[in-house]
This record gives sequence, structure tokens and C-alpha cells, in this order.
Amino acid sequence: MNAQVKTHQTIEGAAGAEKEIALVGNPNCGKTTIFNALTGLRHVTANYPGVTVEKKTGMMKLNRQDRQAVVIDLPGTYSLLPHSPDEDVVHDVLIGLQAGSRAPDLIVLIIDAMALERNLFLALQVLETGIPVVLALNMWDAVEQNGYSIDADRLSAILGVRCVKTVGNRRKGIAELRRAIESELDLPSVGRFRTCFDAKIEAEIESIRRVIEPFFHDADISRGEAIRILSDSACRNPLLSRNGHSALINQAISQSRTKLEEQGIDWTSFEPVRRYEQIERICGQVVRKISNAKTLTERLDQILTHPILGFLVFFSLITLVFQAIFTWAETPKAWIDAAFRFLEKLISSHLPEGALRSLLTDGVLAGVGNVVSFLPQIFFLFFFIAMFEDSGYMARAAFVLDRLMKKVGLNGRSFLPLLSSFACAVPGILSTRTIQDRNDRLATILVAPLMSCSARLPVYTLLIGAFIPATQVLGFVSLKGLTLFVMYVLGLLVGLVAAYLFRKTLLRGRRAPFVFELPPYRVPHWRTVLTVTWERGKEFLYRAGGVIFAAAIVLWFLASYPKSASLDQAYEAKRIQVQAALSGQVLQDRLKELHAHGAAEAVASSYAGRIGRAIEPFIRPLGFDWKIGVGLVSSLAAREVIVSTLAIVHDVGTDEDSPANLAEALRSEVSSETGLPVYTPLVALSLMIFFVFACQCLSTVAVVRREMGSWLWPGFMIAYMTVLAWGASFIVFQGGKALGFR
Amino acid sequence: MKSESASEELCLDRLRPSELAVIVRYLDRQDIHHRLKELGMVPGTKIRMMRYAPLGDPMELELRGYRLSIRREDAEKIWVRKIKISPL
Repeated sequence: MNAQVKTHQTIEGAAGAEKEIALVGNPNCGKTTIFNALTGLRHVTANYPGVTVEKKTGMMKLNRQDRQAVVIDLPGTYSLLPHSPDEDVVHDVLIGLQAGSRAPDLIVLIIDAMALERNLFLALQVLETGIPVVLALNMWDAVEQNGYSIDADRLSAILGVRCVKTVGNRRKGIAELRRAIESELDLPSVGRFRTCFDAKIEAEIESIRRVIEPFFHDADISRGEAIRILSDSACRNPLLSRNGHSALINQAISQSRTKLEEQGIDWTSFEPVRRYEQIERICGQVVRKISNAKTLTERLDQILTHPILGFLVFFSLITLVFQAIFTWAETPKAWIDAAFRFLEKLISSHLPEGALRSLLTDGVLAGVGNVVSFLPQIFFLFFFIAMFEDSGYMARAAFVLDRLMKKVGLNGRSFLPLLSSFACAVPGILSTRTIQDRNDRLATILVAPLMSCSARLPVYTLLIGAFIPATQVLGFVSLKGLTLFVMYVLGLLVGLVAAYLFRKTLLRGRRAPFVFELPPYRVPHWRTVLTVTWERGKEFLYRAGGVIFAAAIVLWFLASYPKSASLDQAYEAKRIQVQAALSGQVLQDRLKELHAHGAAEAVASSYAGRIGRAIEPFIRPLGFDWKIGVGLVSSLAAREVIVSTLAIVHDVGTDEDSPANLAEALRSEVSSETGLPVYTPLVALSLMIFFVFACQCLSTVAVVRREMGSWLWPGFMIAYMTVLAWGASFIVFQGGKALGFR
Repeated sequence: MKSESASEELCLDRLRPSELAVIVRYLDRQDIHHRLKELGMVPGTKIRMMRYAPLGDPMELELRGYRLSIRREDAEKIWVRKIKISPL
């Protein structure tokens, strides 16, 4: 009884507040373009309480009331009987069970007019909630192009709602949609279409409805829930798990199901069967096929899903993406790096040497620089992904690749997150949201960080440049290039094997059939592509940027403190001595050398240096000394930071010309005990292998924590990747030593 | 004018490209199939087999005016009746 009272209060309490408008529709119906068109670009993203599903809201101006309405972009769903956390939220919001939000005042139901029948299934369910609805027949242009006509007025009359024709990405029909929303808020339409079932089924629906009635404020909503509870053999309804009344409800359900079975009625499929019967009748009245042209989609699919051409096109497109990420993005990246070096010089020349200057240049600027220098790659990646999605190619890639991915227990949709992870695991993990099945998704998330991201590239480049000889293999393949290639392939292969093992052990079974739509191809629309690119880029900055920045500050502190007074004094004394003895270019060189030496000693005695020494016993068997230890610690902010850290601890300084200097310094480093080189090609190989497998990325961990809603899985990810990295490096180093390599 | 004449029944994954069929029933009652029904694959629905993916799985179907990709492991649980279209 409490639930009923509470719901009434919420509704009355909100009567004077802003109107809430929810956008509901199938996945890929163009919901987001309508959302953007209604609200502009200013959005707020939060989480629904207790779940990791995003709640995206924006504001829309209402003319007549001279007020605003809150517009909520609900996740795409095929049915109000939910199969995933995203769909749970849609269900719970619409029936008023979602914690922290009330049922919306109005629903804009967005329908892909090209797939009218399938979209009407959700529409019929939503119409029965009794909430005012406006129907947007979206992608209207495609209907005409493909030789169909839909009688929107007739549809409106049959369903008893206002219907508007829209083309979301071209902003067509938006003014009409706004007007329809206003009219519906003023004067809700009446005479809703309602699906009636066989009398025997209706009797059972009614008996369940009476049991669950107390939990809802509305007879329509409790009827809809009764239909779904009756036919849902997996018992997904929150009423059955979230409160203590489940025993009573369960009893009613099993009684009703038994009765239906006795009468030979299949209680699992009566709802879709009956609704589609009615949908066919409706569509028979409103849809006409005018022409029978072979569509563009059919012609393109003959190429893009062709046994040979399909793979050729796929690999060409992937090559294009990699080319963009690793070559074209270098130019803007160089500009950004130059801008940051300029800023650093500016600060250095205006601030006196000391803690503040050090914090600003080595902490803040370095942290922001780490994040921003990734942006060109990330934006290129998101741009291509948005193009693939908007054109309809992404679904074909999943179609072509599913068989391969299935072999390792993943599915065709896992390909996109894994591809993205070659740029950065954070966007990769964010894009796993399109994977419906939880186990498929989790397995993809767990192996995504094994793909060699672009932050590993500077590490590989440094070590390969310094230690891998420039010889040719088989006469034409450069050993340096081959080594780099092996690092990338190693991450990919081990990732696929790991996914296979996870799916066979921890993450067994599948709860959702792997089905997906193959939407008609269309020319990507620039606004949709750019908006999506921009929004995802922003999300990356927000999710990864904060963590990388904070980690950079913490690491700056660890590498700068405690300050040793005696070291500072010794350095100062030497500086004065040198300045007195030398002059001109010789003095400048000597001072630079001295500065680098002072910085190296300071790091050695800092917290970071101490941590490096503390972990040395654990990384010794891999061939790493404490200096690499410091580098490993510092690479937690972003993997490539190890390069600049190694530069500092080896007295090289972090000038523009440092890579060559650093390579030279690493090669000439000699152990004080044995007199032998500390870094050998074998150590370099071991370190690269370590970087392939280790989970040295706090932003990845933070994103996994957020997506999974607990520390369990990120904890597991750190554990398995660390074991993998340590074990692989150990085998390479000790095995290599035993075989006589150095 | 086209006429449809009844033909043999078989599993959905046995259909060859461009063949037409009508869904007869699901071979077992699994919750996992509920989604397929919600997507419009209910008994009585006319479907056209479009093509298999390059590696033989999944398969692309056309039904209710849209295209759906479905794996063979799910398709083999669905019993269909082939329909022949013979021009009169």
C-alpha cells in the first residue's frame, strides 16, 4: 500500500514543477538526433541511482506556458519487457518504479518509419501506459526514397495519438513536433489503441493485475505489467525482486500459467503474437508500396558482405582508421606539444624557480599536456566510428566478423571496442555499451586494455630505437618494424585467448540471442557525425582527463618530495663554483648538465625513487632496476610518461631532442657492481612485453569501475593483467638469459 | 498475380539465399527466444533469407520491412515452412 501512496504524492508534489518529456524508441531510430534538435547542444549527463545507466537530459522551451520542459533521452529499447540494464531503466521510468524519478508527463515516441511494424510493437506497449504520447515518424525521407507511402493521418486516427513526420538529422518536422508536444500537454489525446487478448488470457491478466494493483497508481499501467509478468519466464520485473510481496505475486503467476497451459495456450508468446497480428492489420491500412526498385542497400550489400570483397573493404577501412590515428593525428599532436613547450618556457621565464613553478610546469602543465595530446587521435577515431555508424556500415562489419569473434566467445559487436582500444582503452570500454549480453560485454571490457594503445607506442619506439638492431629479416623486413608489429599482434592474440578463457570459466553462458538490425545504408549526415564525435570526445576528456590529470599531480608530488636540503645546498654550491670558473657556451652546457644531474639525484631521493627501490626486488627477475621501477610507477598516469621519467632519472633532461639522448644514455648505462651494461636488448624486450600486458592505466581502471558499478571487476582486471605481465616478462628475460641472449 | 503454394518444412538455418518461408513454431520454449518474438519473428511471419555472412554465420533475414542478423545457433531452433512463389 505504501508504494501507491508514495506514487500519488510524487505526482501531486511535481504538479507545479517543470514538465518532464521522455524520448522513447527502438535503438537506431534516430532518437538522439531528435533529442538534439529539441534541446540544442547543452545537455546534462548523470547516472540513474544505483545503476550504471546514463541519464541524459536537456531543456526545451515551451512557448505557450512560457516555461521550460525537461527532456530526457531514455536508452533505446525494443520492448517494455527489459533484457538489459538500459532497458530496465526505460521500463522502470515509464511505469513509475525508477528510484529518484517520477513517470514522465509526456512521451515522445520515436519510430523508424522504415521499420514501422517492428517499431509499433514498442509503441503499442507504450500507448497502454496511459501517459500522453506524441508519435514522431522519423526518417520519413527514407520512406519515400524506398518507394513506400505511409498514411500518417490514418495511423494517428487508429492509434489515437498525434503523429508528426520528422527527419531528425536534417531537422525537418521539428517545429511541427514541438507544436504537437504543446498541444498534447494542453489537451491530451483520447481514444488510445488498446490490444485485447483472447478472453481466457484476459481473465488471467486481470487476476494478476488485481494482485499487483496496489503498487501502481494507474489501472492501465498495472494491466500492462500484468501482461509482461505473465509471459516473462525469466521473472525480470522489479516487483518480483525488489520487495517482499513477491511470494504472493509468484503464486498468482504460477496459477495463471498452469491454467493457460491446461487450455493449450502458450503463455510465453501470446503478447508478441497478438500484438503483431494487430500491427499487421494496422499497417495493411496505412502502408502502401509504390515502386519496387532494387534499393541502394541491396546493391551495396552485395559488395560489402561479399565473401572476398567484404573482407577487402573491411581491412581497407581499418587501415584507413589506423592511418588516421597514427599518421594524420601526428601533425595536430605536434602542434599541441609545441604549444605546451611554449607555455612551459613562458611560465619558467616569468616565475622564480621553486615549488610553485615546478607544480605548474611539471605537474599541471604536464598533466594537461598528457591528456590533450591524445585528443587528435581520439577525435579521428570517434569521427570514423561515427561515420561507420551513421552510414550503416558498422552493422555490416559486425555481420562479417561475428563468426570470427564467436570463436573466442565474443560477438561481432566486440570488434568496435577492441578496435578503439588500439587508440585508447577508455573509449573502447565506453563503446561496449552497445553489447547487450552482460557476459559478452564483460569479457570484451576485460581484454580491451590488452590491445596496444597509442600511449604504449612512445615506449615501444624508444626501446626499439635504442636496442633493436637495424638489421633485415629475410632480406627485406626491418627487425625494428617487425618487433613493433609483434608487440601489437601479441596484445591482440593474448587478448583473444584471454577472452576465450574467461567465457569458458568465469563468464559462461549467454542470456540474450545475438541479433541485430542491418539498417539501410545512407549518406552520413555531417551534423550527426560531428555532434557524435564532439560528444564522445567530451566524454573521453571528462572520464579519462580528470583521472590522468589528478594522477599527474600526485606523481609530480611523489617525484618532487621530500626535498633534500643537503642535496639542494650541494647543487647550489656547485653551481656557484661553475659560474665562477667558466663562461660562455661552455658554462651554459656545464650548467645544463649540472641541472640534469641535480634533477636525477632529487628524483632518486624522492618518494617515487623510494618506491622504485622498494619494488626493485619484485622486478629484478624481469631484468628491471629501480630506475625502471620509478618509470613503472610514474606510468600509472599514462603509459608514455615512463619515457620522460627515464629521461629525468638518467640525467638527460626533458628537452625536445631528448629521445636520441635518452636512447644513448640507456645504452651507455653501466652497472656499478659488474661493470656490464644495465640495459640490454633482452631487458628492453622484457620491458616491452611488460608494457604489452600490464594494466598501468588508472583512467582505464576508473572507467571499468564506473561501467561495472563495483570494484570487483576492475580489481580482477588489475590482478590478471599484472600476473600476465610479470609472468610473460619473467619467461622472456629468464628464458632469454638461459638461451644465452643478452 | 502471384500464388503461394505450401512446401516442405525445415529449420530456418537450412534456408538458402533468397528463399522465402513462414515461421511455423519454435522448437523449444526458451526465454532467450522472447526477444526474437518481440522483434517480430512470431509464428506466421513471412521471412526472406537474404544471405549468409562471408564465413557462413550469422545469416541476414528480411522480415516486416527490415533486415535482421541472426546466428545459426538461434535459427536452428526455429521451424519454418518454405513458400514457393510461382508467377501465374
